[in-house]
Amino acid sequence: MPATVALAVARYRPEEEPAPTLQTYEVPFREDWVVLDALNYIKDRLDGSLSFRWSCRMGVCGSCGMKVNGTPVLTCAAFLSEHLPGPIRVEPLDYFPVVRDLVVDLSDFMRKLKKVKPWILREEEKPLAEGEYRQTPDQLDAYKQFSMCINCMLCYSACPIYGLEPSFIGPAAIALAQRYNMDSRDQGARERLEILSGYDGIWQCTFVGECTKVCPKNVDPAGAIQQYKLTSAVHWLKTLLPWGAR
Amino acid sequence: MSLGAHYTPYHPKWYRRRVSVWWWLQTWSYTRFVLRELTSVFVALFAVVLLWHIWALELGPEAYARLLVRLGTPLFVVLHGVAFVFVLFHSITWFNLAPKAMVVRLRGKRMPDWVVVGSNYAAWLVLSLAVAVILLRR
Repeated sequence: MPATVALAVARYRPEEEPAPTLQTYEVPFREDWVVLDALNYIKDRLDGSLSFRWSCRMGVCGSCGMKVNGTPVLTCAAFLSEHLPGPIRVEPLDYFPVVRDLVVDLSDFMRKLKKVKPWILREEEKPLAEGEYRQTPDQLDAYKQFSMCINCMLCYSACPIYGLEPSFIGPAAIALAQRYNMDSRDQGARERLEILSGYDGIWQCTFVGECTKVCPKNVDPAGAIQQYKLTSAVHWLKTLLPWGAR
Repeated sequence: MSLGAHYTPYHPKWYRRRVSVWWWLQTWSYTRFVLRELTSVFVALFAVVLLWHIWALELGPEAYARLLVRLGTPLFVVLHGVAFVFVLFHSITWFNLAPKAMVVRLRGKRMPDWVVVGSNYAAWLVLSLAVAVILLRR
């Protein structure tokens, strides 16, 4: 095992340079270190000006998503030992505007997420006295996978469609919409249909499938989108029938 | 992407990377995706050849014989060979993706992916055998 490993880290200082550059740092190699540990070592010992986001260190918060050697990953789960020999290239997530160094702006996703109404919609709320909305384990199972999303944005960074068509709602937002559509307590599927089946919705997706591959939580956004395509197509066919509901 | 971003002393000056025209050569999975999309051209080509057959059949036995001769020329044989490889690639990649789009539930439990993929291949095999039997019966 090497004593040190080189990290080529993307730097972008908007007040100093017009475009990002790579800066190489030599950090100690430790078997139990992930890329995030190495970045924190750089920040603490070598260069305090390096900017990046992180919080939980354990794949829960979804803050530390970056590209490591070209692949979008959570840096808290990317071991240095898996990327030997160096230099290990660390870059900000693709397709989002870079604010500084490894920090990207996620407002675009936040706006889109709100559009798909990712919360339980009811036609009529039942009175509190009637108790909770009950659910069987099978009903929970129908959407649980999609509810594991931590909004880490790796799927957007892996999606060339999002890069080419920035107005595309994108994998995570659609998976989260589907999480509520599949929820037995929810009645908002019709409300979400317009945005999901609209121009910037599911039909932009050409099933590259990379979103599912990079997802650290096995949410399978590609699956969610394809399943919704089926739902949407069936709905459209029904509107063609004279007795079909519009 | 975020609209209305302007650089002011109080607002970040974002850097936006342009998507290269060669994005589909960046990784093998992107290239494979574009190849899979391109297979549609060859699927269409097969359909056109089929229509050509029907058209020649309608014109009469001489026209059909002329078509068969033309299809036997090296150009068409090579074209069919290439098209066959692409159509095979098309079928296999789509079968393998089927469980993503189709969630089959049996008594509330989701069927494992291999069942969905396997039944697709099984149907393919059965249909191919049926076609072979019909064609080779004489």
